[in-house]
Amino acid sequence: MALVDDLGRALERTPGGGIILTSLDAVMDWSRGHSLWSMPMGTACCAMELIAASFARFDFDRHGTIPRADPRHADVMVVAGTITRKMAPAVKRLYEQMPDPKWVIAMGNCAVSGGIFYYDTYSVVRGVDEFLPVDVYIAGCPPRPESLQDAVLRLREKIRAESIAPGRSRPAKLVLPSPTDPRAGGVATADDGSGEG
Amino acid sequence: MRIEELREHLCSVYPDLCPLFSVEFGDGTLTVPADRLFSAAQDMRDLGFDLLGMLTAVDRGETFELVYRVRSREMSAAIFLKTEVPRDEPRIPSLVPLWPAADWQEREVYDMFGIVFEGHPDLRRILLPDDWEGYPLRKDYADERIIRRPDYI
Repeated sequence: MALVDDLGRALERTPGGGIILTSLDAVMDWSRGHSLWSMPMGTACCAMELIAASFARFDFDRHGTIPRADPRHADVMVVAGTITRKMAPAVKRLYEQMPDPKWVIAMGNCAVSGGIFYYDTYSVVRGVDEFLPVDVYIAGCPPRPESLQDAVLRLREKIRAESIAPGRSRPAKLVLPSPTDPRAGGVATADDGSGEG
Repeated sequence: MRIEELREHLCSVYPDLCPLFSVEFGDGTLTVPADRLFSAAQDMRDLGFDLLGMLTAVDRGETFELVYRVRSREMSAAIFLKTEVPRDEPRIPSLVPLWPAADWQEREVYDMFGIVFEGHPDLRRILLPDDWEGYPLRKDYADERIIRRPDYI
């Protein structure tokens, strides 16, 4: 993990100062990965699960994933539902209106491959990756909000490996030496007081 | 209103439509030739059928069957209005002047079956893109993008 993920604790343990040195990539990836505002491209029944994910029970705000109705505010487009050949140009146009950097989550079987509309259908696009660069695929008909949550976390892992320098990447798992980190020794137990597993 | 009462009422007001009335699957059905559709629909509306519930078409091979479901709120009754048009010349008068609700549904039938509704105010495709070729709900529709489902699924 990058040091910025653990910023509070690291500052606390730094003797006599509040200075942290880290790479610009780490800060950028941390900030991008933790505020993935989403463009909910809900066109079919998957949208119900997408909406449920935003509300109190699943509460995606805690991941920084806030649905925005405007593509110009969004970082990630969640394509949740069947995309027809008539709808595809509109979806592509909305994607093009999103500012860089941007990512796409294909939610549900229809967005992944056409789903139940793969065979014997004249009007359905077989997978949104025919015209969009998809980062994370979620299978399911429809997937539960937990799957979408998993996809957001996977996307965050993917973003963590990105670099702001064009054409470069950085190690996704950056393990920093932190002898006081209770997680370094192995599995955290319930009585270590950190509250994190 | 029960079907027998409806038949008596219909026959007393419009004796010429009486022999066209039948009961199919427990529903009153008026099957008319295509050239009498508009006048029959007008008579139905004047009889009190003020609501066009839906309209659709069926591919019967040589012909297309058009099915209209009309309702009367006053009589609490509903009947089917059916007619057939030839496949090579699918033209039928539009019922938009009688029931404005027919507007988008006639466009949909035009979109899916290619049946031309004469007198429709704005007859163009409604669901498919404007440059779509062919009419997908016709049984002989062919499209190389369709992948047929294999037998083992």
